[in-house]
Amino acid sequence: MSKGMGAWRRRTFLGGALAGMVAAPAVLRAAPPGKPVRVGGTLSLTGFLAQTAAIHKIAAEIMVEEINGRDGFLGRPIEYVLLDDQSKPDVARSLYEKLITVDKVDLIQGPYATAPILAAMGVAQRYGKIIIQSSMGIPKLQTYDMAFPATPFGPEPDKSYPNVILDAMATLSPAPKSMVVLTSKFPSAQFMAQGMRTEAEKRGVKVPLFLEYEAGNRDFGAIAARVKEANADFLWVGSLGLESNQILEALRKLDYRPKNSFHLYPAPGPLALSPDGNLVWSSTFLEPDEPFMSRPGMKRIAEHYKERATKANLPYPIIDAQAAGMAAQWQILEQGVNGAKSLEDKQIAAWLKKNVVTTVYGPTKFDGPYNHGAPAQLIRQVQNKEWKVVWPKDLAAPGVKLING
Amino acid sequence: MPSATLLGQALISGVLAGGMYGLLALGLSLSWGLLRLVNLSHFALAFLAAYLTYEMGTTYHIDPWWSVLVIVPAMFVIGLLQHWVFDRFKVNELASLLITFSFAVILEVAIQLYWTADYRRFETHYSTLSIKVGAFYIPVLELILCLVAGVLAWGTWLWLRKTYVGKALRASAEDAEIAAAYGVDHKKLAYLLSGLGAAYAGVAGTFIALIATLAPAQIWAWLGVVFAVVIIGRLGNPLGALFAGMLIGASESIAMAVLSPAWAPVVSFSVLIVLLLWDPDWS
Repeated sequence: MSKGMGAWRRRTFLGGALAGMVAAPAVLRAAPPGKPVRVGGTLSLTGFLAQTAAIHKIAAEIMVEEINGRDGFLGRPIEYVLLDDQSKPDVARSLYEKLITVDKVDLIQGPYATAPILAAMGVAQRYGKIIIQSSMGIPKLQTYDMAFPATPFGPEPDKSYPNVILDAMATLSPAPKSMVVLTSKFPSAQFMAQGMRTEAEKRGVKVPLFLEYEAGNRDFGAIAARVKEANADFLWVGSLGLESNQILEALRKLDYRPKNSFHLYPAPGPLALSPDGNLVWSSTFLEPDEPFMSRPGMKRIAEHYKERATKANLPYPIIDAQAAGMAAQWQILEQGVNGAKSLEDKQIAAWLKKNVVTTVYGPTKFDGPYNHGAPAQLIRQVQNKEWKVVWPKDLAAPGVKLING
Repeated sequence: MPSATLLGQALISGVLAGGMYGLLALGLSLSWGLLRLVNLSHFALAFLAAYLTYEMGTTYHIDPWWSVLVIVPAMFVIGLLQHWVFDRFKVNELASLLITFSFAVILEVAIQLYWTADYRRFETHYSTLSIKVGAFYIPVLELILCLVAGVLAWGTWLWLRKTYVGKALRASAEDAEIAAAYGVDHKKLAYLLSGLGAAYAGVAGTFIALIATLAPAQIWAWLGVVFAVVIIGRLGNPLGALFAGMLIGASESIAMAVLSPAWAPVVSFSVLIVLLLWDPDWS
């Protein structure tokens, strides 16, 4: 394929080449010589998911350089053949087909977001390719036995994570007795919202209002009026991106501030820095604090990420679960290849199923339903305009605890 | 059953949100109705103006009320240039859809290249100010937006009705050849109207920067509803665009309050279908 073919835009990152190696730390060696191992994948470099794909792209570039600095895959340099799926599952499907059949890549990496992942997974299954992804929020949809999750959602996050939130809520004084559940109809958010309502009611927390809005909703005025009228003790928002900011602003225009609120997938920087963001809760798997920074490679990856994200003009250049997810994808693939001592998909998959892999998320297993291991979804809270892990207590940042709003 | 306070608040929110629909529809309606050009790039121009407002506000700390003095004339010039392309290549109504769509895509990519695809939010100290009237809260920024939209719509309506230029434009839209026989220079007037439409996109963009979330892909978020507003309000009718915007905004908001927020997008197109079938004479 020639470069610059419209939708099939290609970004090739040869480890050891150009600026990448200039920025590489001293501990890394030059990329190994030899014919590159080509790893293909797509990201939503344009379209409505592009803001998150920009994060994944930077993390992937860092990891390709890291791995090449560690001798690549089986002594060969790796080359990441990255195409733009335009945030469209049908484009993702065509591009994975092309990567496998035309570009003849050796291995593939998963795209971003549930819908493109599902599209890519179908192609991977057809050609017997292993696929690793980090952002499928509905694990039960991952039915292909050679698909592996890099992010520890656990097999049933709609049951496990609401209970993490309810456990944390129970420690507040007074403990919230009622909750408004407000969610985008974006599939993974809606899935978690339904779980939140079910688990809350099971544990005696009333849900007087359950509202769904279309993804991309423009005006939150009427929704805010309903949330205010319900006046529950806790607000749970299945939000994406800046929706949380918009909802909290709409509430403030009505002179209402929820006592405590949780936000599922917000844009982390804008919410932390917003005047409405103080003490809000959100989901995470790690933050750049201890104990997470002591995990292998984490400190170096976080530093590189900050440097690159700042250079790329990203407004929130701090590593979080999005970038970490992509880093984990590559760590799993690297350990799978090295462990299996092979580039054969079936052998890598078999090795991963039998072994524990260490990623930025800690030791990771793939021995549960849908190849998921144990869930490790945490709660973070905005404190002094920074996200801090506050729950579970044993993973809270040093000296930090959950503050009642 | 929703309370009267909830319904009243929803109505206020909806009418004010409709002000934005009306403001965005204004330029599009003029271009479509009087020039027979369906300018899809109107949304991209509005977002370009929004990003410029954001940039001037966050990087150079220029208040949006000042930056609009630069942005609106700049948009007017862009409108003129755009019309030069239409004129040069004799673009008709159908071709204008394709050409302006391409222009919008190019602008979207350019915005993404410069500002990245990440969400941008222009925080100001007045973005969440409200006035309390009885049990209701009226957001100040949205109120200003509505007033500006109202002034522009009334002003444009009067201009089209009462001035020679306005009458000439309407005459050209009806029958360009007959209008030309009476000495109307449609070409010059079309440039003026194209610039004006783009300038209105600039005004809308300034408010978008203050009220909404900025991301390049958001350019397309307003397209459906604003098209419905333009059609409901009748092509080339500035007051119609404003009232239709408010009607759609209020209908969406009441649906959110009474039914479910997820019903809101259905409402605008349902209203469109009902009005097209009913075809009321509001002239």
